[in-house]
Amino acid sequence: MTTAQPLIQARGLVKRFGSFTAVDAIDVAVRAGEAFGFLGPNGAGKSSTMRMIGCVSPPSGGELRILGMDPVRDGPAIRARLGVCPQLDTLDPELTVRENLVTYARYFGIPRRVARLRAAELLDFVQLSERADSKVEPLSGGMKRRLTIARALVNEPEIVLLDEPTTGLDPQARHLVWERLFQLKQQGVTLVLTTHYMDEAEQLCDRLVVMDGGRIVAEGSPRVLIEQHSTREVVELRFAGESQEPFASKLDQLGERVEVLPDRILLYVPDGDAAVAQVTALGLHPINVLVRRSGLEDVFLHLTGRTLID
Amino acid sequence: MGSEGMTQLAAKWARRGPVRAPALAVLQYHLVGYRRTWRGGVFSSFLLPTLTVLGFGVGVGAFIDQGVDGVSYLEWIVGGLLASTALQVAIAESTWPVYSSLQWTKIYFAQYAAPLRVADIMAGQLAFVLFRVLASAAAFLLVTGVLGALRSPWAVLALPVAVLLGLAVAAPTYAYAATASSDSWLALLFRFAVIPMTLFAGVFFPVESLPVGLRWLAYATPLWHAVDLSRAATLGTAPVWSVTGHLLYLAAWAVGGWLLAHRALRRKLVV
Repeated sequence: MTTAQPLIQARGLVKRFGSFTAVDAIDVAVRAGEAFGFLGPNGAGKSSTMRMIGCVSPPSGGELRILGMDPVRDGPAIRARLGVCPQLDTLDPELTVRENLVTYARYFGIPRRVARLRAAELLDFVQLSERADSKVEPLSGGMKRRLTIARALVNEPEIVLLDEPTTGLDPQARHLVWERLFQLKQQGVTLVLTTHYMDEAEQLCDRLVVMDGGRIVAEGSPRVLIEQHSTREVVELRFAGESQEPFASKLDQLGERVEVLPDRILLYVPDGDAAVAQVTALGLHPINVLVRRSGLEDVFLHLTGRTLID
Repeated sequence: MGSEGMTQLAAKWARRGPVRAPALAVLQYHLVGYRRTWRGGVFSSFLLPTLTVLGFGVGVGAFIDQGVDGVSYLEWIVGGLLASTALQVAIAESTWPVYSSLQWTKIYFAQYAAPLRVADIMAGQLAFVLFRVLASAAAFLLVTGVLGALRSPWAVLALPVAVLLGLAVAAPTYAYAATASSDSWLALLFRFAVIPMTLFAGVFFPVESLPVGLRWLAYATPLWHAVDLSRAATLGTAPVWSVTGHLLYLAAWAVGGWLLAHRALRRKLVV
C-alpha cells in the first residue's frame, strides 16, 4: 500500500460515559482497502469505538480523523461517504424491502430514479430481489441483516462499518454475508467490523485488534497474532476422574503453557504429536486426546480470559 | 455495462456530500409510509367532523335556544372544533411515531447514521405532522362548509391558524415523547393535557364563563389562542384578543418546543 494517509486514524482516542471509561486511549490506523476487525468480549469498547468512527458519538478525548476530516465538525460530510450496518436492525418494518432502500438513498441526495435502480442492483447482490415488494416485518433475521447490509451500500460508501454483522444468523446466512463482504473487499471497499466470532475474523480481516476493558491488548494479522500469543499447536487431554488438577501438576514441564479447565487440560506446544508421546512416556493415559493447530480463539481467550462477561 | 454505469452514477450523486434539503428527504420518507395507510384516515377525517358537527352543533345546539353571542351554537362551535381537531392530530402524530422511532423501530438512529443532522430529522417529521394537520383541517372545513356551518369566507384563514397551532403543540410534544421512558407517559399526556384543554379552552363554551382562576389557565393553553382566531375566521368577526398577540403566543410555543425537542433528540442520538 502506498496510500500516504490512513482512512481512519485514532490517537489516544477516549470515550467516557460519566465516570465510566468505555474506550481508554486507543491508537488505530485503518488503511484504504483493508478489512480491519475489532475483537473483544462484550463491554470491551468495540461498539463505542465504532459509534465514534460512525460520527454519531463525539470522542471524549484524543484525536480522531476519518477520511482526513474531523468527525465532530464534519459529521454529515463524513457520514455521506460511510455505510453503517448497526448491531441491531433499524429498518422500517412497515415499508417494503425496496422502499427501505429507496427512502434511505434519498437521505444521501441520490435522485429517486437512480435510487430505484441502485436498490434493484443491491437487492440482487444480497439475494433479496424476490422479496423486493414484501414488507420487512415478516422477513427472517438473516434477510433483515442482508437488507441492512444492502442499505449500508446505497451511497457507494468508501468505508463500511459493520457492528457484529452475523450475530444471531444461521450458518447459511452467515456464509452468504461473508461472501458478500469478501466481494466488497475485492472491489476495494474498506471494511471495519466488530465480531466475537473468531472464524469470522480469520475469514475476513487482514488486520485486527483485540480489545479488552477499553484498551487494545494485541494488534496484527490473524497469523501474526497466533504466532505471537499462542504456540503452533494445542493438545487437549481429558483424564478419567472427578478433577483434572492432579494430572495437570505432572504435566507442567511439557508445554510452553498448561491450562487446566474443569473437563480437560490444554497443552500449548510447538509439536502436538511429540507432546502426546511424552505424556504416554510419563505413564499417563488420558481417555481423550486431540491435537490441533492454534487458532485465533486461543489467542483471544489467552488475552481476554475465560471469565464470563455479561 | 448498464449496471456498472448505474453504480457510477449513484456514486457520483453520493459523493456530492451533504444534501441541500435533507429534511425534505425525511418528509418524503414519512409520506411513503403514509401512502399505505391514508385510505382509512381519509374516511375518518371526513366522517369525524360530520358526526361532531351533527352531534354537538345540531344535537346539543337544539338545547341552546338563544345561541352564543348572537349566532347559532353550531356556527359558534365550528371554529373551535376545527382547532381542537388540529390539536388532536398534531399530538397524536408527534407522540407514538416519535417514541417508536427512538425505542421500537429505532429508525432515528438509522437516519442519523446517514448525512442528516438532528434538526433535519426533526424538521422532516414535524413537516409531516403539519401536513397531516393541514389535511385534517381542510377536510373539516370542507365538511362544515357543505353543511352550511361557516358564516364567512374568511374561514379559510382557519387553515394557517390550524397549522401554527399544530406546530405550537407538536414541537413540545415531540420533546416530551423523545424523553419519555415508557409509552405509558404518552397516554398520560392525553389524559392530563389534551382532554382538559379540549374541554376548558373555549371550544364548547366561552372561557369567560369559567371562574377567574381557571380562566387564566385556559388563556395559558395554546389551544385557546387558536380557538379564538379560528372562531373569528369562521364567523367573520374580530377575535376577543389581538391577532398579533395570539400569533406571537403560538409562535413562542413553537419556538420553545422546537428548542426543547432538539435538545431531547440530540441527547438520545448523540451519545
